Amino acid sequence: MTDVDEAPLLEARSLTRHFKVGGAIARKNLHAVDDVSFAIGEREIVALVGESGSGKSTVARLLARVYKPTAGEIFYQGRPLSGLRSRKDLLAYRSDVPMVFQDPFASLNPAYRVSHGILRGLALHRPDIARADRRAEAERIVAQLGLDAAGDVLDRYPYELSGGQRQRIGFAQALAYRPRLIVADEPVSMLDVSVRIGLLNLMAKLRDEQGVSLLYITHDIASARYVADRVMVMYAGHLVESGPVEDVLQEPKHPYTQLLLDAVPDPRAPLTVGPATDRGEPPRVIDPAPGCRFRRRCPLAVDVCEQVTPEPVELAPRHRAACHVAVANAGLGELAVAGRSDS
Amino acid sequence: MSATILAGTPGTAEVPRRSSRRRGGGLLAAVRSNRKAMVGVVLLVLFTVVAAFPQWFTSIEDPDAHQFELSLPPSSAHWLGTTAFGQDIYAQLIYGTRQSLVIAIVVGGLATVLSVLVGVSAAYLGGATDSALSAMTDVFLVVPTFPLIIVIAAYAGKGSLTVIIGVLVVTGWSYGARQLRAQALSLRNRDFLESARVRGERRSYIIVCEVLPTMTSLILATFLGSALYAVLTAAGLQFIGLGDSSSLSWGTMLHWAQSNSALQSGQPLWVIAPGLCIALLGASFALLNYAFDEISNPALRPIRRPRGKRSAS
Amino acid sequence: MASAPLPDGLLSQEPLLQVRGLTVEYDTAAGPVRAVESFDLDVLPGEFVGVVGESGCGKSTMLFGIAQLLSPPARISAGSVLFKGSDLVTMTARELNATRWRDVSVVMQSAMNALNPVRQLASQYEDVMRAHGEKSSSVIRQRSEEVLALVGIDKTHLKSYPHQLSGGMRQRAMIAMALLFTPDLIIMDEPTSALDVVAQRSLMVQIKELQQRLGFAVVFVTHDMSLVSHFSDRLVVMYAAKTVEIGPTRDVFAHPGHPYTQGLLDAFPSIRGPRVPLTGIPGSPPNLLNPPTGCRFAARCPHRFELCDIAPDMYDTGHTLAACHLHAASREEALR
Repeated sequence: MTDVDEAPLLEARSLTRHFKVGGAIARKNLHAVDDVSFAIGEREIVALVGESGSGKSTVARLLARVYKPTAGEIFYQGRPLSGLRSRKDLLAYRSDVPMVFQDPFASLNPAYRVSHGILRGLALHRPDIARADRRAEAERIVAQLGLDAAGDVLDRYPYELSGGQRQRIGFAQALAYRPRLIVADEPVSMLDVSVRIGLLNLMAKLRDEQGVSLLYITHDIASARYVADRVMVMYAGHLVESGPVEDVLQEPKHPYTQLLLDAVPDPRAPLTVGPATDRGEPPRVIDPAPGCRFRRRCPLAVDVCEQVTPEPVELAPRHRAACHVAVANAGLGELAVAGRSDS
Repeated sequence: MSATILAGTPGTAEVPRRSSRRRGGGLLAAVRSNRKAMVGVVLLVLFTVVAAFPQWFTSIEDPDAHQFELSLPPSSAHWLGTTAFGQDIYAQLIYGTRQSLVIAIVVGGLATVLSVLVGVSAAYLGGATDSALSAMTDVFLVVPTFPLIIVIAAYAGKGSLTVIIGVLVVTGWSYGARQLRAQALSLRNRDFLESARVRGERRSYIIVCEVLPTMTSLILATFLGSALYAVLTAAGLQFIGLGDSSSLSWGTMLHWAQSNSALQSGQPLWVIAPGLCIALLGASFALLNYAFDEISNPALRPIRRPRGKRSAS
Repeated sequence: MASAPLPDGLLSQEPLLQVRGLTVEYDTAAGPVRAVESFDLDVLPGEFVGVVGESGCGKSTMLFGIAQLLSPPARISAGSVLFKGSDLVTMTARELNATRWRDVSVVMQSAMNALNPVRQLASQYEDVMRAHGEKSSSVIRQRSEEVLALVGIDKTHLKSYPHQLSGGMRQRAMIAMALLFTPDLIIMDEPTSALDVVAQRSLMVQIKELQQRLGFAVVFVTHDMSLVSHFSDRLVVMYAAKTVEIGPTRDVFAHPGHPYTQGLLDAFPSIRGPRVPLTGIPGSPPNLLNPPTGCRFAARCPHRFELCDIAPDMYDTGHTLAACHLHAASREEALR
């Protein structure tokens, strides 16, 4: 892994997750995530960008241990997660790697005040704080997140807060554990545009001031550029490109990344409408054949793309892409296909 | 189409509302403003007071004693007249309230507890356990209840209050269990439950402390529905003589009235009075049920425009 | 809004749609809430008007008010909606039915919710056509194939059920349905919000192409300003039930007159150009049960000054019309 300098905080190797679909007779496998490898270091924000069906949410849940991988392994601080047996070990991991959810309203239990989740989190993961002190600690965390009148906000019910406030409570719940890595699954997608920036700035602040790493999962590549240090792009269960965010966005190597960038409406760009040749949508990957999953939509596809699944190859410092054509263009490989002779 | 302008609805960027700071406070205000709730509460409170302190409502101490003249019409001494055995009907009515109410509340409570246990566990444990529990629920659901009740009650000996309660609970829990299982299943993938799992909570904690509190309105509805079922079915059982005919309740009053052909012999009040009370108690549960539906789901509330105010055309 | 600046070339025509003073109220237990307040808009034939605003600003309610699709407890309490000269608000149900779909059609936010899940597309299109008087099956079939071809869907999909189509295809099927009678005006309520970014762009391009080819006008409501930026001729910005800015799209982006518009523009991170820190707009919109009497944005405005306690009119900034006292020619004009 050459993604990070020192030993990574969290490393995924060949992570795979399949789901069974179909009835009892015609059992098929939905390949949500296939052979994905990446690393996340300390004090960095890594964005995981993809459209629906890309597998990004499944990756989040694999890291948060909601599902177990079908194949592959996740290493946290060098130790494999499959080795976590006892409840105590699992709790210790959860305390280091919490998750923030997409829907600010649905992620808080409507029957309780918003302090509930934070206090429970403290009870489970911070035994160093005595019961009597938990409330004060919750207030401290919530104040750090910019919620005014911190003592007051904790006594409200979720329906009394705005979307942005609820999402800050979601982050407060995660911060209560003193985490090392927060997995944020589309934390701003359901918020109004004017509120998003506040939360993105908050995430950057968490990295800078508290040394927390974040895995920021999103479909919005512009927000990924705004807040992340590195970006990874997923398509149909595969990791197609990854690297430092400016490198990937200014010089994308994979045609899908280029497609995403072209599709982003940018009010500051000149107002021109080019022809939209791509009308495709990401496929649902059920029992797929080998080969690049983007080939149907790819303007650069050649024969080898149909037969051999591309692996991520480093094409520039720390910048990897899984594309036969890009690899050939970089002079690192040939577009040879078994049985054909290419010069 | 709902433009979510109203303060407090999810998804709006609104100034946080401070009105109901305590859940209880909000509930009381909601009950007071809802007509159905008020009527239901008043009736229920009235019946509860009568059941608890019957001596406040009548000076007669032993309503079962055959102490008066037989079959008297209503008069100032006997507001509803007397029975064919010489008992004061009004006093019987008052003292009979206790048993009817106790049956309703106890059966409602026990049946609800059983429904919750079976329904919610089936939803959460899933797999083979769910299949087994659901099958059991379905069996109890489709078995024809009244014949079953008659068979059980007759077999267990005409009996005591315990038998009646037992029989009603056994036949009454399955409907609620179905509904609760369905709701629990729909809640299973809600984000806040996933959030609790990711937090590392134990499964038992999640079921009891995270899921159940969000199901309170359905659980309450199950309770009220079971109580209603108990009131009516108990009366029916007692009417055909399967209750304890020597104890005093509205149903047994109906039983004795029927055996003495009260309607034909010019004593309609002996039948009407307990019948009306059964209906009113049942109605109070039903009204409360509707009312709580409206309280918890604002979409069902009737809109009453302030009278006399017409907005500018 | 006859004096609103219009894109060149459209000046000489009669407006297709003229909305004047449209006000929509919701009856709630706590009193009436004005979701839309005195909304004015002119739409010329063939024009693409974008309406942007955040949640709770009233844009969707306004759209449904125009289409006469509001149901209790919402109602139009004031204003008129003149379509080709006739007021839709005062029309009888019968007259409305004649206008619906033939002259004005609607594309909803979520095709999955708007299409009947248990019927094939063909029968849904047939439904629409028969409801508006078309009796011949062959004409219906032919027209259905035509509209699908317009949006780029193969005609074999007439036999498909909605769930068999992908998200983007469903939305395009909805647009095809809206085109069955080639109406003069199509109103769209965030039709792309359920789609991924690539599908979103292709749908927007498709809509623009169709519009240029068939000549219908569009009123397009969205919360995503950048989405309409390349496609709309004019832009309306709404905040807290009121219009705060209106003008040609380019001008709204290049010379925003209202601080809220400026704030919104600043809230979009860019993928080109330098990476700069942004601030967004702090605070929340006001509670519409009891809106402030002055400028509704004042509490969050970085340029607030003492005149802001008076509700502003729409002032001409030279590029757009903005409801902000900063553009009043003089203090006296503001106080009028």
